[in-house]
Amino acid sequence: MKSPTRTEIMTIVASRLLGDGSTCFVGIGIPSMAANLARLTHAPDVVLIYESGTIGAKPNILPLSIGDGELAETADTVVSTPEIFAYWLQGGRVDVGFLGAAQVDKFANLNSTVIGEYQTPKVRLPGAGGAPEIAALAKDTLIIINHDPRKLVERVDFITSPGYLDGGDARKKAGLKGGPSAVITDLGVLVPEVDSKELIVSQVHAGVTRDQIQEATGWELRFADQVTETEPPTELELTALRQLLERTEASRRQAS
Amino acid sequence: MSTSSISLAEAIRLHVSDGDSVALEGFTHLIPFAAGHEIIRQRRRDLTLVRLTPDLICDQLIGMGCAKKLVFSWGGHPGVGSLHRFRDAVEKAWPAPLEIDERSHAAMSAAYVAGAAGLPMAVLRGFVGSDLPNHNANIRFIECPFTQEKLAATPAINPDVAIIHAQKADRQGNVLLWGIVGVQKEIALAATRCIVTVEEIVDKLEAPPNACVLPAWTIDAICEVPGGAFPSYAHGYYERDNAAYLAWDAVSKSREQFTAWMDQHVLGTENFAEFRHQLAS
Repeated sequence: MKSPTRTEIMTIVASRLLGDGSTCFVGIGIPSMAANLARLTHAPDVVLIYESGTIGAKPNILPLSIGDGELAETADTVVSTPEIFAYWLQGGRVDVGFLGAAQVDKFANLNSTVIGEYQTPKVRLPGAGGAPEIAALAKDTLIIINHDPRKLVERVDFITSPGYLDGGDARKKAGLKGGPSAVITDLGVLVPEVDSKELIVSQVHAGVTRDQIQEATGWELRFADQVTETEPPTELELTALRQLLERTEASRRQAS
Repeated sequence: MSTSSISLAEAIRLHVSDGDSVALEGFTHLIPFAAGHEIIRQRRRDLTLVRLTPDLICDQLIGMGCAKKLVFSWGGHPGVGSLHRFRDAVEKAWPAPLEIDERSHAAMSAAYVAGAAGLPMAVLRGFVGSDLPNHNANIRFIECPFTQEKLAATPAINPDVAIIHAQKADRQGNVLLWGIVGVQKEIALAATRCIVTVEEIVDKLEAPPNACVLPAWTIDAICEVPGGAFPSYAHGYYERDNAAYLAWDAVSKSREQFTAWMDQHVLGTENFAEFRHQLAS
């Protein structure tokens, strides 16, 4: 079997963090890939909720958009957009929010709005979507992002979705519970330090050095006392992921 | 009371004027592309576009100079990346400056609900810790008079016109939609006028109780436009054309290529059927 790529490792590591039976509000892209991989491997009873209103979606192929027909057809139920946010997310029925972003900072705040100033942006990004409320209201948040010094920055240009704000008890003081428990990248895993809430490296993928991970990070990184090495992907995980991607590719080829 | 069907061109002529606020809704599903094209053909100007996920439909309207303002919550190209025309308008004011009122999906959909319910504002648990309220006066915080909890408030959205696409209407003009129903019912009821394009007009809706039905008397114009949601999809009729979505990235990247494509395929065709025919050939 071909050895795993960095993206495959990131996806697999993220999928491992999703508990069986949990309800997960899923963002599109790699979060959706990781969440579905979890469902196809160790977490068959995970409930995937997409903001298009599909609850308990079990897609056979990965959706390109957040509302592909595949999601509606395989869901336990499909509800309206106001309902998914009001009853299901705000109502406290989501265990885990699974999000990506353009930038994440030292205190796990997320930016998906602008690079540069809001009024005169260098890059106008898509914006908030469902993320601010997912990050605020899910009991736990998992963040997936490629390790790059322009993406993992000391301070995001714009807080779209709250992590730990200024660190310490700032999130709690703002009246928010929960908060991100891990940032999964293609080089390792960062977790918030207990008191400071600063993201520190807790895990590195095989073959990744400390220098390498520091170079790809926009602030001076600290490492946990015990940094573990990522368990290599199992054959089951890798096969399930590759088959999922193959099915997705085949379906898109067929459609075009 | 029944609503008889008219042509889409007639519906846009009658119900969409320069300067109107126009909500084109459909959450990834049932996006009213045919109606968007007709607005472009009739060269409406200074519109305030309202839509949670602007998608390709707003990219086209913005790039063709129809919009002065966008009320939205996620302006990306789903699964692909940027909406280039939206970005060009915000970053470089091309073809015209674009004012934005940016909220989140939770806030926008709550604002539609408030609009449909005739309330002045929506209340939600949201935006705490986010920078958005610092840049948008339409997001503020209030205190719950009963629990003292700090909550976000956002004004109701009541557009001049809502335009949606649905699977079916019957001959009286009652409309049925299903699948991912998004925010269509809410925006149809929140708007002053409502245009609905449908895949087909049938003798009987055969809607089960509790189905998402908009009675004829809530709708101002029904237009039969088969395929009118392309390249998005109509559940039970056709799938999302993901290849067309992926192709849009290259089409929309440069101003010149975008303009040439729109001139040829949208301005250069009489209606959506001809557009589909031309695009396929």
